[in-house]
Amino acid sequence: MGQGRTIAEKILAAKSGTEARAGDTVICTVDAALGTDASGPMAIDYFRQMGGDAVKDPARLVFALDHYAPPPTQKAAGHLKTVREFCAAQNIAVHEIGEGIGHQLILETGRARPGALVVGADSHAVTYGALNCFGTGIGSSDLAGAMLTSKVWLRIPETIRVNLEGCLSPGVSAKDAALALIGELGADGAAYKALEFSDVGAAELSMDDRFVLANMSMECGAKAGLLDADAKTDAYLSGRTIEAYAPVSADIDAVYAETINLDLSNLAPQLAEPHHVDNVVGIEAGLGQVVDMVYLGTCTGGRASDFHDALRVLEAAGGTAPGVNLVITPASREVHMALLADGTLAGFAEMGAIIQTPGCGSCCGTCGSVVADGMTVISTANRNFKGRMGNPNAEIWLASPASCAMAAARGVIADPREVLS
Amino acid sequence: MSTLSTGRARKLGDDIDTDTIIQSQRKRETLDPLVLRNFLLESWDPNFAATVRDGDILVAGKNFGCGSAMEVAVTVVLGAGIRAIVAKSFARTYFRNAINNSLLPVICDTDAISDGADIEVAASTNGLVVIAGGNEIPASPLPDAVRAIVDAGGLVPYLKHHGDFQTLPHPAT
Repeated sequence: MGQGRTIAEKILAAKSGTEARAGDTVICTVDAALGTDASGPMAIDYFRQMGGDAVKDPARLVFALDHYAPPPTQKAAGHLKTVREFCAAQNIAVHEIGEGIGHQLILETGRARPGALVVGADSHAVTYGALNCFGTGIGSSDLAGAMLTSKVWLRIPETIRVNLEGCLSPGVSAKDAALALIGELGADGAAYKALEFSDVGAAELSMDDRFVLANMSMECGAKAGLLDADAKTDAYLSGRTIEAYAPVSADIDAVYAETINLDLSNLAPQLAEPHHVDNVVGIEAGLGQVVDMVYLGTCTGGRASDFHDALRVLEAAGGTAPGVNLVITPASREVHMALLADGTLAGFAEMGAIIQTPGCGSCCGTCGSVVADGMTVISTANRNFKGRMGNPNAEIWLASPASCAMAAARGVIADPREVLS
Repeated sequence: MSTLSTGRARKLGDDIDTDTIIQSQRKRETLDPLVLRNFLLESWDPNFAATVRDGDILVAGKNFGCGSAMEVAVTVVLGAGIRAIVAKSFARTYFRNAINNSLLPVICDTDAISDGADIEVAASTNGLVVIAGGNEIPASPLPDAVRAIVDAGGLVPYLKHHGDFQTLPHPAT
């Protein structure tokens, strides 16, 4: 066995002050921990039950009011009030309704930095891996523990190396690559493990594309989806943080559980059929499937470039088909403002889109537009579980922003490459 | 060998996700496990919650609890009187939420366990074992590092007692 270490081993050893390796369970000090209006109220209860009085380090904590944004019921509004009051008393930063999805805000505010450990009481905290940060999802008890001690227990994961080869073709995106990877690995193919994307292939990808790969790594069970830091990482973080950071890369003789190759150049648009994310098929298998609602948004597909991709296809394809309910949710206010400034939101309004408050929106049925029995949705989100969008009698397909936009234009699933040269 | 849990097996499939265990929109009304238990696994089987008995043991295939990290997907199971889940594998967030709430996650081959069978989870000198229909099925032992949390009754009582995480046996830098 080689002595080299993976990115996951290096970051978690450093954060635990040990020389522990994959398979060891360690106690790590976190650089930041995120709570939401969904996971926060239970964590606050648990914190008090632990005997907590004052949190150990308020500067390491942040809450985002994103799942019930805006709150659709009195009870949901109560969850937000609970979080606000706790944070005010404890001097913890809160991102208010409309600021966006907590994960996106962790990225935008520079809390996720190369070499950092940032946990989130929400599974898509893996998104931070795109910035060479060990981001992973925890539960409410863990968040309560982190409030009390600034620490979490973590098993250091083995790592699957993913070599990205070639470049994406027009009309094919990082979402398609992520779906293809999940289709190959299966919903538990990376369970308890980290994914580490090769520096060479990933270097070609934009930051937004990297966020998609890291975000979707959760859907094959991964504990983290890690990329190297490079000039694009620095450019993204420029103006977002004044903290110094040190990129962490794997040793040349690092030990991997598995190495897989993903050829991006021959990839076609992909779909996940209902009701599992690993029901992945090429787009040809879904052609002609009627869709009632098209959803663009979420911590996977709600960034500015996603809406640019989608609007380009919608316009090229002649606009939204009659009878299709097009619902869009920018991932954050920063995204919303960018789309306002460049005219994209006006374009979507002209296309008849319903524009929702930045946040989790319709993704998990906690707020926003819900669907009726028997309706079919195609979405840029990361999950299509039965009941996910608030109705177990609806069907959800997952696809890229371009493929979703093409479905909005045709009223049926269609290949976006038809209208893209 | 000491018995950890006995009960009736309630057989489920592979990849039971957290939205199937408890739909997200249910928790916007309440977080009370004793209320939410009425909606346990409703999209799997609308009659499931009504037929759960105290001490039942969920028996699943691979990747139980995939999807969201929402902890109510664990507390709703405890609220229904279920104290152990036997599965071929667990999603990592579900596994840690189970540990942190002292819901016993048992990893073993579940193909031979039939729905409705009386089964037993026991601690043996080698770790854990599931006894079903007279057969002993070996199960993965819990890592030592997290057993202390389960033994304490979950992370809340653990941290209430200790005030901080106890040092684990790893070489310091």
